[in-house]
Amino acid sequence: MRMVGIIDYGMGNLMSVQHALNFLGAEVKVCENPGSLSDIDRIVLPGVGAFGDCIKNLRQMGFVEPLGDMVMRDGVPILGICLGMQVMARRSFEGGEHEGLGWIDGDVIRIRPEDTSLRVPHIGWNEVHYDSESPLFARLPDICDFYFVHSYFVHCNDPGDVEATCYYGGTITAAIRKKNVFATQFHPEKSQDYGLRILENFLKWEP
Amino acid sequence: MVSASSKTFLNGNPEAYMLKKRLIPKLQMKVSRFGSKTRMVLVTTIQFDEIIEIGDPVSQAKIYEAQVADELIFLDLDASSENRDTLIEVVKRSAEEIFMPFTVGGGVRSVEDFRKLLSCGADKVSINTAAVEMPDLINEASEIFGKQCVVVSIDYRMNREGKYRVYTRGGNVETNYDPVLWAGECEERGAGEILLTSIDRDGTRTGLDLDMTWQVAQVITVPLITSGGCGLASHFVEGFIEGNADAVSAGTYFCFKDENPMQTRSQIKNAGVPIRLHT
Repeated sequence: MRMVGIIDYGMGNLMSVQHALNFLGAEVKVCENPGSLSDIDRIVLPGVGAFGDCIKNLRQMGFVEPLGDMVMRDGVPILGICLGMQVMARRSFEGGEHEGLGWIDGDVIRIRPEDTSLRVPHIGWNEVHYDSESPLFARLPDICDFYFVHSYFVHCNDPGDVEATCYYGGTITAAIRKKNVFATQFHPEKSQDYGLRILENFLKWEP
Repeated sequence: MVSASSKTFLNGNPEAYMLKKRLIPKLQMKVSRFGSKTRMVLVTTIQFDEIIEIGDPVSQAKIYEAQVADELIFLDLDASSENRDTLIEVVKRSAEEIFMPFTVGGGVRSVEDFRKLLSCGADKVSINTAAVEMPDLINEASEIFGKQCVVVSIDYRMNREGKYRVYTRGGNVETNYDPVLWAGECEERGAGEILLTSIDRDGTRTGLDLDMTWQVAQVITVPLITSGGCGLASHFVEGFIEGNADAVSAGTYFCFKDENPMQTRSQIKNAGVPIRLHT
């Protein structure tokens, strides 16, 4: 049986993504410790808050190694959302320098719009420019808006990992895809119909 | 995007892609008692005073979602701690039924209140009276939960001496704070967004206070939501263009069914403001 595990490591709002996945008919389990990861075959890593707390919680709760094995060795599909995307990077410069999970070759840096009248955090609906072959953006209109709320983003060292971008006084990585790893800076669970489509695509995705 | 990979981005200049301005229906609620049971009912207000009951907040939220609302704000006007569970109920139901961002406020006084509302599905929490009375709460909540979920709501009106002042406790208590300076301090303390409301304009449908909106927009670098007074689509346009607000919130405007939100959106778009038209 298919089971999606949402990683609960004390970083924010799991309810919304859980309800959205349930709405799409998925079997969902909230994983509060590494022992509960055994029977899941798809992972969602949400996250809201500060990067430092995020990686600290993942470490303290013993998630780093088992998740690393599942994702990097066994090829289990994973969706990271917002901070859950950022924590996949090598390191972050949010409030000092922190080491991340290192699944994606990139750094988490602050949004610094060239146009200083643009406000940070970047909050609201922004148009996303995506890889037209992307299985995760399948069945979406050419131009669609997704909901963002963040002050930092993942700067990828390999442009090939970038699946989608948006523009906010500079190009911002909106989504990444590398093998079985998919992640979005925006919140699909908060992006109404188009967001649900992304989650649906993730549930069907065979990387 | 030059890349060794085979990824092909859609045509078009990415720089033409942009962040949209937001329209945010405000759902103001009060506790209603039916025998031993309590529940939240949706109400509308005029100058924070005259209150009219209009229905179930979550049903209305679903209607707003279908009408491409960009976000929602739920405000508990009673703001009392004994009715916390009634508010939590609305938050939980909303998180189950709507897939869009929403802010919850009214009577939030502690980090624990933040935690409870966020864990039940709220994306952001707004504080008003508590921010003035215990400003360190802004710093603490921002450090713990991230600034993106801390909205400071500022209600203001002109006092008897003709000075603009911040008011707390649902517009009942005058403070010594100037709204512009207070907005700046809130940002310094870690507010991720400011929700500015003119009490004098509330429910009057006479247009936003553009001057104050513009002044606050000048001093802060976090997003500004302005509200109070929208009665026409052109009022939203003015708020964005003349007031330089990032979002406009309205209660009364969206509550009455003679206003078609899709038509409002088209009119705003036609005036040259980037705004979402489809979900």
